Amino acid sequence: MSTTTGPEVFGQTRGMGELIDVADKETVLAPFGTELAALGRERPEIVALTADMGRYSDILPFRDEHPDRFFNVGMAEQNLVATAAGLAKVGKIAYCTTYSVFVTRRAYDFVAIACAHSMANVKIFAGMPGLMNGYGATHQATEDLNMMRGIADLTIIDPCDAVELRQVTRAVADIPGTVYVRLLRGKVPVELPDDYEFIPGVAAPLRSGDGSVGIVSTGYMTGRALDAARAASEQGIEASVLHVPTIKPFDTAGVLEFAGRHDRLVVAENHKRTGGLATLVTEAMFDAGLLRPMVRVGLDDGFFECGSQEYLEATYGVDLPRIVRAVVDGV
Amino acid sequence: MPTTLSPPATADVAALRDHAHELRRLMMTMTRGKGEGYIAQGLGIADCLAALYFHELRHDPANPDDPDRDRFLLSTGHYSIAMYAVLAAAGYLEEDELPTYGLNGSRLPMSTFDVTPGIEIVGGSLGQGLGQAVGMALGLRIDGSDARVFCEFSDGELDEGSTWEALMGGATFGVDNLVALVDCNGIQADGPVTVAIEPVAEKLTAFGWDTREVDGNDMQALTDALAASRERDGRPKAIVLRTTPGHGIPSIVARPRAHFVRVGDDEWAGFMDELEENR
Repeated sequence: MSTTTGPEVFGQTRGMGELIDVADKETVLAPFGTELAALGRERPEIVALTADMGRYSDILPFRDEHPDRFFNVGMAEQNLVATAAGLAKVGKIAYCTTYSVFVTRRAYDFVAIACAHSMANVKIFAGMPGLMNGYGATHQATEDLNMMRGIADLTIIDPCDAVELRQVTRAVADIPGTVYVRLLRGKVPVELPDDYEFIPGVAAPLRSGDGSVGIVSTGYMTGRALDAARAASEQGIEASVLHVPTIKPFDTAGVLEFAGRHDRLVVAENHKRTGGLATLVTEAMFDAGLLRPMVRVGLDDGFFECGSQEYLEATYGVDLPRIVRAVVDGV
Repeated sequence: MPTTLSPPATADVAALRDHAHELRRLMMTMTRGKGEGYIAQGLGIADCLAALYFHELRHDPANPDDPDRDRFLLSTGHYSIAMYAVLAAAGYLEEDELPTYGLNGSRLPMSTFDVTPGIEIVGGSLGQGLGQAVGMALGLRIDGSDARVFCEFSDGELDEGSTWEALMGGATFGVDNLVALVDCNGIQADGPVTVAIEPVAEKLTAFGWDTREVDGNDMQALTDALAASRERDGRPKAIVLRTTPGHGIPSIVARPRAHFVRVGDDEWAGFMDELEENR
């Protein structure tokens, strides 16, 4: 049985963008918004904005506690980012939310120039990153990491679970400049232990195997990587797991150290196989002259259709069985 | 409503005209070093900048990061030549740095970046200024500051949808500490403004902005409009400036393509003579 903690009023996000494999896991409802509301009590310089996605980005707890510091700009993502940049440039820390597709594809120039170029304290929490809903390509940000890593001076974080997302919500306030966070919303599972500590820019070893197979993963795929490692263990294969929450700046040293200790690698991400984590791992290893067999678990190139989340994940190869096959069979 | 803002109740219009003339002289001097630039727009906006920096703005060149300062945002980064002129005249820059305009390694690039003292935002990617101005005005209001935000943008930037997003945002949030200065000079990169943006003042009024329309090269009208825009009535302010590209130098006004002007060595002295004759 699953158990969920969190504010009862925030069941509204159900229906789109919720994580599907949480049936047997502890979950937390709206960890981002509740943590941000609490942080807002401590830090009056924090303001929050949304572009008509308050209900769907879990940010309403902040609005309810701090209505004078909350602004809904309507369906206007460029203006969301520009307004946040302006607030930051008079001393605020501006958290803003919309869907990942809209802030990346539509407001890219604003993130780059109005925010990152000036190291503006804008913290973008982007809902439904990667393949996280069945609404088709309009709502599936399957290339967001690839896009955003192209922006200089931008920090990119892909949290794993509710434990990490809460810590990231706080940590980004003290990370200088503009930060892009892949937001997990609704009922967010707990995958990491209570003593887990998110350290910006540092990859976290979560499981130690026997050196045969190492899984490198980010975002909610780390939860699946842990599940896959447990499943593989029942078949006699002891895989390690390295979680890479910060995509940029990339922990090259940490990844190389991990890769060097394993005979072969699996990279798992909720993103296309190109331009995201696997590309970063590959670049780091190639530059260092460290070569290992690697299976990249991620999405094909293409625009994906509408359908159930289960159907899409199985069809495009990012579900749990796909990771298990990569770990056990190396294909 | 009484105001605590710093500008004097009446403007010394004659002195401000002299300042504007000095800005034009500095711009032409910069153009000579580079041989080219967005000089026509700069000459057109010179009166507005003089009115702001020598009358309307509360600012301190010795303390450009003063949190209580009024902010001036130049959205049209390519008007940089005019900004550097006014920043030098007001004391943010040394005048002997101006000849580096547009040269390699200069702090005075062809388009504005916020590394230059006195420049608040990265301009140049058009359509990004007004939204940031709305955010600044909101932030200052949250802090209880009586500082104001002035944002210049151009008629060409009314092509950008983001400008209209910001116009709606400013009205929605009622930022009456924000003054939009819309430089309607009628030109953009490919020539005359082609998209149906007129009537600009009526549109801004319909969008909820307390709007005035003036000859942007008439110092008396400019200072009157700025004074009227000090009112805090819950509405953002807009001044539509009808400016003439190249104002002050008739030979530049007469050029059919004024967006980016090249000034030959043989032309420069004649332009300076025209500037003196028309002051």
